[in-house]
Amino acid sequence: MEKRNAKRTREIVVPGDILADASDYRAGDNTYELDGKIRANVMGIKNYRDDVVGVIPMGGFYMPVTGDTVIGIINDVGPSNWMLDINAPYPAPLHVSEVPWKVEFGDTSRFLTVGDVVLLKVLMVDESKKIQVTMKDSGLRKIEGGQLVEISHTKISRVIGKSGTMIQMLKNMTDCRIFVGQNGRIWIDGDAENVEVAAEAIRIIEAETRSANLSDRVKAFIGKKLPQADDYAEEDE
Amino acid sequence: MSGHTDMVLVNEEGIRIDGRKVDEKRNIKIEAGVLKNASGSCYLEIGKNKVLCAVYGPRECRPRHLQNPTKAIIQCKYNMQAYSVTDRKRPGTDRRSVEISKLISEALEAVVQTELYPRASIDIYIEILQANAGTRCAGLTAASVALADAGIPMRDLVPAIACGKADGNVLLDLNKEEDNYGQADVPIAIVPSTDEIVLLQMDGNMTREELDHGLDMAFKAAHEVYDVQRAALKKRYSDISKKEGDSVE
Repeated sequence: MEKRNAKRTREIVVPGDILADASDYRAGDNTYELDGKIRANVMGIKNYRDDVVGVIPMGGFYMPVTGDTVIGIINDVGPSNWMLDINAPYPAPLHVSEVPWKVEFGDTSRFLTVGDVVLLKVLMVDESKKIQVTMKDSGLRKIEGGQLVEISHTKISRVIGKSGTMIQMLKNMTDCRIFVGQNGRIWIDGDAENVEVAAEAIRIIEAETRSANLSDRVKAFIGKKLPQADDYAEEDE
Repeated sequence: MSGHTDMVLVNEEGIRIDGRKVDEKRNIKIEAGVLKNASGSCYLEIGKNKVLCAVYGPRECRPRHLQNPTKAIIQCKYNMQAYSVTDRKRPGTDRRSVEISKLISEALEAVVQTELYPRASIDIYIEILQANAGTRCAGLTAASVALADAGIPMRDLVPAIACGKADGNVLLDLNKEEDNYGQADVPIAIVPSTDEIVLLQMDGNMTREELDHGLDMAFKAAHEVYDVQRAALKKRYSDISKKEGDSVE
């Protein structure tokens, strides 16, 4: 009974707040246990799932996880690797053996140079948080053209929506190619006007993450900005 | 503690020169998230003290030799503005600010989960805009709010407050006159969930009984400061959701 009531409240917690009794719940993400009480580690929203109580963080840095697809910007070029900024606290090296081209030693800058934007996959993160990324997977490549939008990584799940419904709607209605990186970077490519609208829609999603029926509002927004949007959607169907 | 004065710091009724009772702290105002480009930030006023604090990171630690492969390091810079005190303060680092920076970063290391970010550095900048005694406590209180605002995992917030002695009375949260002409100043910072002490200094002399009494007052006051810190953080996010509600219309 109590569990069900608690589920509905979206309570904001700060570090040190008591979330629940350790005898009733298990400690989930961003929590710790002290004297039989589960306490929050970070500022965020209290979240129950089954018998696990956790905190959904509201800020902080992106922490790379093996298998994440991210968008990186090249910082530095070495003779056998590139250094990338993926919005994490640590730099991510991309070795020449992890790109889809045959690169001679010292010839790295012919393929990618400082400022280039690439789609990547996080290959490995070890316990000392050393990151390895790869471009050797389907769909991973250097990005040319389009627009890059940066939002908080905690809001990426809302941009994608439940089983991808939100992002699918954005793609259909604006007729853009959109790629969402887990690190909070989103790449949009398409007709200039449509890209503008898509970027603005993403900004709305970011600003209003915590409100209900967000997708309806985003849909209405795009519909108003792009009256022809329904045509695109029909074409796709 | 240095000078002598004819000023009556505490009168017969136990009222201090700024009208407070002996166990009364100054008014506190805390606002989180005031700086846009910092990962986390905080503005704090306690009495006439005004403090601005910014947190950056966790980010790659430079210079490299300071990196710790097992945990993040906390680098703190406490700085007093030239105009923060009555006489102009000579700008830049001095012995006092190095000491306070070290104290604050060590106090915060006790709560921040540095082991989650090996080789990284968390940088804290504390600027004292106006000083009226108790700036190290104010700086630490602000820094812990800014860290939480930056989304950095930590066990608890760290409230800090001073107690001391002036005119033979044990006082809470000394102001400048009481600090300058009193007998003792004891800043203290605690972890509210466990009541651990993470900072304790004493400048001057107090008896054991006086110190015990002062610490009791300080612990109680620190828990009150903690409530103000929590309220400031929660307000930051309820403000955002309120704004979201407005834009719906």
